[in-house]
Amino acid sequence: MRAGNRLAPQTFRVTRADLVRYAGASGDFNPIHWSERVAMKVGLPGVIAHGMYTMALAVRAVTAWAGAPDAVVEFSARFTRPVPVPDDDEGTEVEVSAVVKQVDGAGLVRLDLTATCRGEKVLAQARATIRPTGLGIRA
Amino acid sequence: MALDPSLVGRSYPPTEPYPVGREKIREFATAVGLTDPEHHDPAAARARGYADVIAPPTFPVVLTLATDRLSVGDPELGLDYSRVVHGDQRFAYTRPIVAGDELVAVHTVEEIVSRGGHDFLTMRTDVTDAAGEPVVSLWSKLVVRGEG
Repeated sequence: MRAGNRLAPQTFRVTRADLVRYAGASGDFNPIHWSERVAMKVGLPGVIAHGMYTMALAVRAVTAWAGAPDAVVEFSARFTRPVPVPDDDEGTEVEVSAVVKQVDGAGLVRLDLTATCRGEKVLAQARATIRPTGLGIRA
Repeated sequence: MALDPSLVGRSYPPTEPYPVGREKIREFATAVGLTDPEHHDPAAARARGYADVIAPPTFPVVLTLATDRLSVGDPELGLDYSRVVHGDQRFAYTRPIVAGDELVAVHTVEEIVSRGGHDFLTMRTDVTDAAGEPVVSLWSKLVVRGEG
């Protein structure tokens, strides 16, 4: 990776089944992520993905680019728009792309990420710092 | 009503140790679509220098769902949860979480800012292992929408 490189975009399909599985694994059972009725009542267009699920997809793109599951040192993002997930087999898609901003002498790589759903940004100021050789245990 | 800025710096007592299970890591990795063997197969994780399977980077949400309630539910802070939107999230790792870890979290109110009729609350959670060594720190910023 070199500063200025554009990394190949990655697309993730998100269905209602994914949200149910994530709710169980994370423990976040907020009904706006599984009940159309509750989501509409609070003014949402329908059931939306957990923000932390969207972030997990962006992180998944980062570990794939890094080629290491333990490469992520730091990650931050702002949740700008919800990701509505329709109740059908197709669901929706989240696309994640990135530009390499900086590679420092200590082997740390800084990425600026973009995450979109149906052409609209769902994460803003999304940044990752990675160590492609892995964090390791320094205990 | 604006949040009370005098609560900035308030820390809550450390949580009871959370034992990280191998099956919980596998379940979480599967839920976020991570198939790397280091999240599922102890032998693969050991080959990379870890004692057991390692957790995906966003795994600490399993802990912070509980710790965030410490400040969000603090009556002295007086936050109206029906007006809350999750604004920003950040995490910084010292090392990955490994199955077998006993994690302790300390939750702190880091910043309260009022701007344009809205309040912004930044909560910080520092996660350490059984030896007290740092593992990961997380920051969540909530936006509390003003009335009207």
